[in-house]
Amino acid sequence: MADLTYREALRQALQEEMRRDERVFVMGEDVAAYGGTYAVTKGLVDEFGEKRVKDTPIAESVIVGSAMGAAMAGLRPVAELMTVNFSLLALDQIVNHAAKLHYMFGGQIEVPMVVRTAAGWGQLGPTHSQTFENYFAYVPGLLVVAPASPRDAKGLLKAAIRDPNPVIFLEHSLLYSLKGEVPDDDFVEELGRSRVLRRGRDVTIVSYSRMAVASMIAAERLAGEGIEAEVIDLRTLRPLDMEPVLESVRRTNRAVVVEEGWRSCGMGAEIAARIYEHAFDYLDAPVARVASFEVPVAYNRSLERQTIPDEEDVIDAVRKLVKR
Amino acid sequence: MNRDELVSLYHQMLLIRRFEEKAAEEYALGKIGGFLHLYIGEEAVAVGAVSAMAKDDHLVTHYRDHGYALAKGCEPKRVMAELFGKATGVSGGKGGSMHLADVSRHFWGGYAIVGGHLPLATGIALACQYQENRQVVLCVLGEGATNIGEFHESLNLAALWRLPIVYLVENNSYGMGTHLARASALKAIHAKGCAYGMPSRQVDGMDVLLVREAVSNALEYARDGLGPSILEAMTYRYRGHSMADPELYRHREEVETWKLRDPVRHFETSLEMGGFLTPEQAEELSRQVDREIEEAVAFAEQSPEPEPAAICEDVYAGTQEREVGTPVGLGQGR
Amino acid sequence: MPATTVVMPKMGYDMTQGKIVRWLKHEGDQVQKGEQIAEIETDKVNIQIESFASGVLQKILVPEGETVPVGQPIAQIGEPGEKPTAVAPAEILPSQELGGGEGGEAPPVPVSGEGPRMEEAPGAPPGAAEEERIKASPVARRLAQEQGVELSQVQGSGPGGRITKEDVERYLTEAARRQRAPEKAAPPKPAAPPPERPPAAAPPPPAPETAFAPPEGVPIEIEEISRMGQAVARHMADSKRSIPHFYTTVEIIMDRVVALREELNQDLPEQERISINDFIMKATAMALTRFPRLNGYYQDGKRHLYRQINLAMAVALEDGLVAPVIRDCDRKSLFQIARESRELVGRTRQGVLRQEDYAGGTFTVTNMGMLGVEEFGAIINPPQAAILAVGTVAPRPVVEEGLLTVAHTVKATLSADHRLVNGADAARFLTELRKWLENPARLLL
Repeated sequence: MADLTYREALRQALQEEMRRDERVFVMGEDVAAYGGTYAVTKGLVDEFGEKRVKDTPIAESVIVGSAMGAAMAGLRPVAELMTVNFSLLALDQIVNHAAKLHYMFGGQIEVPMVVRTAAGWGQLGPTHSQTFENYFAYVPGLLVVAPASPRDAKGLLKAAIRDPNPVIFLEHSLLYSLKGEVPDDDFVEELGRSRVLRRGRDVTIVSYSRMAVASMIAAERLAGEGIEAEVIDLRTLRPLDMEPVLESVRRTNRAVVVEEGWRSCGMGAEIAARIYEHAFDYLDAPVARVASFEVPVAYNRSLERQTIPDEEDVIDAVRKLVKR
Repeated sequence: MNRDELVSLYHQMLLIRRFEEKAAEEYALGKIGGFLHLYIGEEAVAVGAVSAMAKDDHLVTHYRDHGYALAKGCEPKRVMAELFGKATGVSGGKGGSMHLADVSRHFWGGYAIVGGHLPLATGIALACQYQENRQVVLCVLGEGATNIGEFHESLNLAALWRLPIVYLVENNSYGMGTHLARASALKAIHAKGCAYGMPSRQVDGMDVLLVREAVSNALEYARDGLGPSILEAMTYRYRGHSMADPELYRHREEVETWKLRDPVRHFETSLEMGGFLTPEQAEELSRQVDREIEEAVAFAEQSPEPEPAAICEDVYAGTQEREVGTPVGLGQGR
Repeated sequence: MPATTVVMPKMGYDMTQGKIVRWLKHEGDQVQKGEQIAEIETDKVNIQIESFASGVLQKILVPEGETVPVGQPIAQIGEPGEKPTAVAPAEILPSQELGGGEGGEAPPVPVSGEGPRMEEAPGAPPGAAEEERIKASPVARRLAQEQGVELSQVQGSGPGGRITKEDVERYLTEAARRQRAPEKAAPPKPAAPPPERPPAAAPPPPAPETAFAPPEGVPIEIEEISRMGQAVARHMADSKRSIPHFYTTVEIIMDRVVALREELNQDLPEQERISINDFIMKATAMALTRFPRLNGYYQDGKRHLYRQINLAMAVALEDGLVAPVIRDCDRKSLFQIARESRELVGRTRQGVLRQEDYAGGTFTVTNMGMLGVEEFGAIINPPQAAILAVGTVAPRPVVEEGLLTVAHTVKATLSADHRLVNGADAARFLTELRKWLENPARLLL
């Protein structure tokens, strides 16, 4: 076991996969010479050379599109979009092409491509502070992954690279420096599986990515008030593994979904709908959702902090929920 | 080229012409649904260009793709079956007219988003370069697509990285109903290549041999690692943009003028004048093509519809079952 | 010039701490503003930092190799010869501790270093308490709570045995019938009131309906009665069986009502016109305010008096009877009553009555005037004390001040529960009703 940061874990995943399979290569803005805007790819170009660690122009559509073409023709590209805010520029390539080629050509074409990108914020202004996992989770044909720990970052990235389908791999810039234990061996986490991080009898907290970490912190503090929360990290957002969530709700009878983005039409809406569909008889209260205010994120530090949820909001939501 | 090769070019052009005419009929009868973009008038481009490609070279094109599918060697009956939406179609009935493909022949498909396939084609060229296999990509697009963002991003990247790709622009003057003069600030489309430092050339798209020669040169240039180039084939479609087009945006005289240069008829005449083809042989070839088309229609008619299970098939690759949900009420799966 | 403190600078929006890799300047060195003084390492990059002041580097506060949070003092720059200001030891935080950014506000969770343990929770899931949980839909639970129903007593017909609203309603109907069965079997002497149905035991079977043997030899055709029809049948039979009805009739002169109605309706559009029945409803409600004993029901030797006057209007349907309710009839104006009654009748006819439309009735008025009926005695609609049956308004001979004349009159019959009221009460109520209708202007107040 090693104690790695989330960033280091991602780097190791890339290194190991690139060593293992010469078809794997990395491309994106500033991944080589700059060392990666979040330093995830730092050092890779020194080991693997420019052929396999490619700096691209600022052109999100062709970054994803050409990665897709390369994947179709037999390679295993890992394309990086600097932040998820810029992924909007590549949506046509992702949604109209990558997600559909296997289907619309009758199974002739495979797109084993990974698109890595990162959510995040920190007084960056409205166009640099968003999170769009629900946009991708909406689309059939895509796999959407959002790791919350260094272990999952490494294990899920390796799994994504080895999967024959297009994977949208959602990192979070505020998780990059977080440390955690990571196994030493060539381990691969399973795509499409949630994980129960904490057992509890009073409420089920469902979350992913940064908010899963916030939920764990909230759960510790709630325990001090005598509220035992069960915390589930979804890890994959498409397909959703609801079984652990439903099993949990049948015991706790109360659920709250915690996400970082806007509430309307967010992941919480889908997860709540599924809980109602499959665990209706076990609910003592409606499913609660913790999410951002539905506004663009302001620059001002305090306004931003109040807009975007944190563990305090999770604690509040749980307290309200257990009183109903 | 020897006689057989020349006649083969003619045969392909005639096949495409007759296939398209038949497709129009079948569409009018309701056998073909959705959009139908006919290649009539442009046959010399597809046939000339594809004939210049090596067997392993890659082809990516737009939605006016029937001619390319047939030129690349797809069986007319399987193309017709795809237009009819049958399970025996080249894409299993799931793609339709705009999404023909045959990956075994490195024909990576027709695409419906204007310019959407350019990055993809550029990526295939990236793979060719990476794998050092000396294969080249021919990426076909319309002149209307030269104004969309993906054109700029793709050509820039291709030129920057010296990718083995040829961008062949079919300039038929009209982006649906908008004339080139009203859509593109620079009318000499091939000249756009200079924005990327890319060699460019304009060619008469109604002459199959000229097209073949131009594409051949460009492919060799790319194959030798010198990078991409852009070709502009001047051509014309005799029918509307698609079946629903009343063609209000152009004059009949213009169409008739271009019809004087019918590439299929012209090539037939050239071959006959050159002694490569007698009128009787042309006649025989014509009957043969008609039979092929009839068989294709019969095959398509008799082929089965895809099973309902096809709805949920091939959403994901690989053997792992992944949830695709049900259309009714409660969701399925985990 | 006072000494300047050099702090660990924030070199990026997500930087929270930095490590001093090496000092490029040493204590005692001259430093120019803008000159590089140290090389630091962040989570992402190594970078050199500059001095924002000129002077002498008096003191290095953080040695090479140590990591400190952004904003923490790392050095002091001052005038040559000046003594360095003592920086309190408390300001220098140990390198492991995660501090806040500038301004002291906690950074967003998480920062760097160890976060919570994001591993699979150990142990198997605790067993589910599935068997004890009663499955019931939210609306069923609400109705059960409102009506005081024990869910454990209710049979669920929904998926997985879920109790639905319908199940609770069915239970209520059954329970109402069961209530009467033990009373009938009660001893004649006034002993202790019959026990309430015991909560833990199974509910007693419903009282069987009396079956009469049909005449022999006469051919019979059997017609199905709708569920509503059957419910009405049961309800009526129960009412007659258990409530001692008696009947009192009064004839009311309606000339003034007729005239007032005409005058009011002159200026009203079609859909707002007031009907005779609206006047009767309002008058009944006002009369009930003086005779609250008629606005309740009898149970277990006690009068249960309703604190609201919600008048139900009987509306005949193809295969049954429905009584939509106008709540707080005594407090509503004639116009409101007219509007509501029109809406309710409309919805009833269209079959789109909502549950709240026919719940909560405390007294019923039934009017067969439009069918030409002169007078009739209606069956009380439990749990209520009485029902007022109204006949046709017609010109009839009356005697006024000794002279025979013609007036529009209506005959109204009150059926009442003799356990709650006696004849005198009923008569007085009807007199009150008559007073309101014979001086209808007061109804407008």
